[in-house]
Amino acid sequence: MKEIMTGNEAIARGAWEGGCHVAAAYPGTPSSEILENVSQYKEIDSEWSTNEKVAVEVASGASLGGARALAAMKHVGLNVAADPIFTMSYIGVNGGLVVITADDPGFFSSQNEQDNRWYALHAKLPMLEPSDSQECLDFIRDAFELSERFDAPFLFRVTTRICHSKTIVELGERTEVPIKPYDRDPKKCVMQPSSAKPRRYFIETREKDMREFSNNCKYNRVEWGSERKIGIIANGVSYQHAREAFEDMGDSVSFLKLGFTYPLPDKLIEKFASEVETLYVVEENEPYIENFTRQLGIKCVGREKLPAVDELNAGIVRGALRGSESAKGYSVDVVSPPRPPVLCPGCSHRGIAFALSKYKDIVVSGDIGCYTLAVMPPLNVTDSVICMGASISAGSGFSKAFRKAGEPASGKKVNKVFGMIGDSTFFHSGITGLINAVVNKSPVALCIVDNRITAMTGHQENPGTGRTISGEPTQRIDLVSLCVACGVKPENVRKIDPYDLKSMEKDIKDAYNADEVSVLITTQPCALIKDVQRKRANVHCAVDQNLCIKCKGCMRVGCPALSFRDGHIEIERSMCNGCTICAQVCPKGAISQVGEFND
Amino acid sequence: MTKSIILVGVGGQGTILASKVLSVGLMRAGYDVKMSEIHGMSQRGGSVTTHVKFGKKVYSPVINDHEADILVSFEKVEAARWIGYLKAGGTLVVNDYEIHPLSVLTGEAKYPEDVIGKLKAEVPNTIAFNAAQIAAGLGNVKAQNIVLLGALTKGMKLDETDWPAVLKDLIPPKLYDLNIKAFAAGADQLK
Repeated sequence: MKEIMTGNEAIARGAWEGGCHVAAAYPGTPSSEILENVSQYKEIDSEWSTNEKVAVEVASGASLGGARALAAMKHVGLNVAADPIFTMSYIGVNGGLVVITADDPGFFSSQNEQDNRWYALHAKLPMLEPSDSQECLDFIRDAFELSERFDAPFLFRVTTRICHSKTIVELGERTEVPIKPYDRDPKKCVMQPSSAKPRRYFIETREKDMREFSNNCKYNRVEWGSERKIGIIANGVSYQHAREAFEDMGDSVSFLKLGFTYPLPDKLIEKFASEVETLYVVEENEPYIENFTRQLGIKCVGREKLPAVDELNAGIVRGALRGSESAKGYSVDVVSPPRPPVLCPGCSHRGIAFALSKYKDIVVSGDIGCYTLAVMPPLNVTDSVICMGASISAGSGFSKAFRKAGEPASGKKVNKVFGMIGDSTFFHSGITGLINAVVNKSPVALCIVDNRITAMTGHQENPGTGRTISGEPTQRIDLVSLCVACGVKPENVRKIDPYDLKSMEKDIKDAYNADEVSVLITTQPCALIKDVQRKRANVHCAVDQNLCIKCKGCMRVGCPALSFRDGHIEIERSMCNGCTICAQVCPKGAISQVGEFND
Repeated sequence: MTKSIILVGVGGQGTILASKVLSVGLMRAGYDVKMSEIHGMSQRGGSVTTHVKFGKKVYSPVINDHEADILVSFEKVEAARWIGYLKAGGTLVVNDYEIHPLSVLTGEAKYPEDVIGKLKAEVPNTIAFNAAQIAAGLGNVKAQNIVLLGALTKGMKLDETDWPAVLKDLIPPKLYDLNIKAFAAGADQLK
């Protein structure tokens, strides 16, 4: 049967067909839909793990216990999971183990553009790179068996354009594979010096076997053209771009298409290179294949012509390698105002961000989530964003620096450091930072903006929601008791209503004045949660034009439902959920909430 | 010969569903199809683009600058923003509809004037109409995406596909009648 599927959907299908038993992931664009789709297959035990390291460890344990297992994450997630993958490379597997990394060339929704192919080289993990959805399905289906054959966890590397492009796939059926027997084997599974060293030698042998395989497998193939003037080595989606860039030359160009990219096939590359006049290497971001090719003493053209930054497309490849002029098009004399993503109308982060924006002598150490959007005008809240969980720990560092600085001769005088972190991000990696701040006496004020969902990545469950990935009720982790258990004094852990500016004032002031760690936990769920939308469907705010003095004070909260048109403040009813933040800042009481809440 | 269609709009306008219907319809007509969407933060009111390519064999899922045969814009200034994708001689289908970005709402930036006029002056093959109004007339402004799809498929003469059947498979039953009407109303725009 044929279907058109995204790479992520095809990966899920391929994992199911390949007999996968256990799957774990932490959501992150562009990888999130992999587990969402995997969880639709009842034969696979799926979970949202608290973070990527946990996900890889769950999958690792499942593998050692005899199950075929996968873990999925975005590229920066693999940094979090780096610890287990490096040692799992030594231990190897029992049931097949696949770790999926979804990289983001072009920064569509990431804080950096790291190329995770280096992890394969660094941790000595075999790596597969599909170039369309059919290959996503086929490669991962095969990966479990290959993992068992080579006694190695596989890295499965995709990119945004693979994950989020739909291409046509031929579906197969599931091969039911029994759970492998488990026998205790400390020499293989307990990594301490005396057992790890022999495994280190094993890796060297495994490398040789796998390179031999890489030279002779179906995932790496030469596609000879009618001529040998131009030869192109390409991987992943870059192969598709390169194919299109040379499409008008018919079948004259030859390709070495690489899908098994660690270990790279030395013999195959040497043979291909020796038969073509000019050799190009087309790959996005890092010169991973190119460096290897050059180490073999082969001359090739790659990074010197192709850009190191951003994703490629066929036009870029054509322009860089063929010097072809780009096609002609249009330009219109219209300046389109920018349309960056913004906090939604009714967003529960708006109130707390607005309240913090009143303090001009604070630093807000931010984190990864929707609330990062508060950095933009008119709220302008957030001083730094590094990685998941850094709000509280980087905030501790900030406060140490400011304490040392004393009264600054120039620059901003900072009297307090706030951290801002979401519920899912706090469970992911904020807890250790909070304990650290308490124990090391860094008096940071942490705002846990708890909107009861992992919102930015499209509403996944997390430990605070009380539901598993399959929607089953489960233990809900209580943030207040968790923070108290982390050592924050009970009187310094406060719940605040981010829809009520007045009531938040005192708690924020107390946190500002505190000389020890304090935590403020917001209580309004994400406005996009279906149940929230249903409850608030008939509630909205309205402007009394007779009272409005057109001071535009309400516009300072940065809500896209508000506009100033034809001399009037207007509130778009279809967008507004009646959160009333705008009404609370109106000096004349001209805005009020109307309508009834649904039960 | 590969054909390229780029659909652009604002998060929440239904560009992705329209692209999905289009892709499935093209696949059922026997074409190789690739569709690429960028939707990382689209729910937050950002600009959204979807690339659809079809033909005998499609390689790259991405459309290059100046190489789209058709640009379908669900909003006026988005047409201007992404016009660079359209090739010379290509067709622009534009929804004569405004969604103001935050910078305009706060009065920091101005929503440009006479966008449709300027687009028409530059792009000879411009088809502009208010799909939102048509959809609202049918009872739900959200069906504007399918109005635009109706116009697109009609304009491209993609009649080997049973579009109502595709809509039936991809749209919730309670919205089916509305969307069938929306699809037909869009097609009528090109009569």
